[in-house]
Amino acid sequence: MIRVVLPTHLRRLANVAGEVQLHLDEAGPATQRLLLDALEASYPMLRGTIRDQVTGDRRGFVRFFACQQDVSGEPPDAPLPGPVAVGQEPFLVVGAMAGG
Amino acid sequence: MSQVRILVGTRKGAFVLTSDSARGRWAISDPHFPGWEVFHITGSRADPDRLYASQSTQWFGQLIRRSDDGGRTWRAMSNKFVYDGEVGTHRWHWGDGTPHRWEFERIWHLEPSPADPDLVYAGAADAALFRSTDGGQHWAELAALRQHESASSWEPGAGGLCLHTIVLPPDDPDRIFAGISAAGLFKSDDSGATWRPVNKGLRSQDLPNPYAEVGHCVHHVAMHPARPEVLFMQKHWDVMRSDDAGESWHEITGNLPAGFGFPIQVHAHEPDTVYLVPIAGESEHFPPGGQLRVYRSRTGGGEWEPLVNGLPQRDCYVNVLRDAMTADSLEPCGIYFGTTGGQVYASADEGGNWTAIARDLPAVLSVDAQVLP
Repeated sequence: MIRVVLPTHLRRLANVAGEVQLHLDEAGPATQRLLLDALEASYPMLRGTIRDQVTGDRRGFVRFFACQQDVSGEPPDAPLPGPVAVGQEPFLVVGAMAGG
Repeated sequence: MSQVRILVGTRKGAFVLTSDSARGRWAISDPHFPGWEVFHITGSRADPDRLYASQSTQWFGQLIRRSDDGGRTWRAMSNKFVYDGEVGTHRWHWGDGTPHRWEFERIWHLEPSPADPDLVYAGAADAALFRSTDGGQHWAELAALRQHESASSWEPGAGGLCLHTIVLPPDDPDRIFAGISAAGLFKSDDSGATWRPVNKGLRSQDLPNPYAEVGHCVHHVAMHPARPEVLFMQKHWDVMRSDDAGESWHEITGNLPAGFGFPIQVHAHEPDTVYLVPIAGESEHFPPGGQLRVYRSRTGGGEWEPLVNGLPQRDCYVNVLRDAMTADSLEPCGIYFGTTGGQVYASADEGGNWTAIARDLPAVLSVDAQVLP
């Protein structure tokens, strides 16, 4: 089980109150891509809000934090940090501080 | 007694204002979509409970939401707007000939079909026209417009290269007009399969050729459904009129204090009665002399009278954006407009007297009126 914390706008859009819990079906290590695939499968209204629907690129003002690290620049197919993969730590989707 | 519903899109959400047909007392809803820029919220003329809203932020991109119950509940529709086929370049930026690849930014305007609530058009920046035939579940680009032979020469206006105006004549379902800043007005007579510019007679003094076929900064176009061959245009400079469905234009600025402005609106029952809000100029973007004045022509343009009763006549420096003026279909016709200062003004007597029915909203981007039985 993987825990995901969404920013306020996306929690409202997805109509969720707290953390989102995801179960990844794929065998092998959990990755950012698989996490986002599962998130968008469970909450289709989030498609396009975190990453581009065609290229899959993370939107410019969206960041990913995990285990007190900015993991936004990690390759989408790299394994997630161990504590995130086993649900000890959440994966945070963050709207970048920009614009005052 | 019928009810009037005013749909207001703002920089930080949407609001719904309601009144009975007397239009004297108004209730303001809590914000819908708080925090999102709502460039446009509008209702279907075929089914007034069917609403569409375009929301966006720089952070999370574009959303489209739809209501089937007059705004009580909303559901997310497809926000997948993908340019179809080859994605070319346009010029970037004003006066700079550098080619810039088309990039989707947001949906500026949603235009439901007058006859079918599931048929809706969406105008985008960078300029493109999308169509959904299933109420927003899927979008397909009418790519021939973006692929017009002139498109590589299009330049953005100050708000970007945006397709902000879509006019659908009710007598011809195959005809579409699309206004693009700063390319001009385009017309299709085959449901969007082919397009041609319809800017003959427009003059833009800053162009190398002021009468060029494309390159004009069209701000807004209005049409009365009972007389669809007549179009009124507020251009970057000048107010224009066409009597032949856009094939030619002549100037009707007349005695206006300024030819610049954004919205233009036709009276619901009088095709020759037109409203607009002159703005001091392309840089100031506020009313001349700090006086907020709607101007009305009852002669189809050329002769204009200021409408001031109830509007601030000193120290007023707000703007009225292109989608922020509308009319209701009651008798007498009501006129509404919203400002960048967050006011929504209403007149229940064709513009004779105005009241602020909302004073402290976020900057208003769009205003649409619905009359419910």
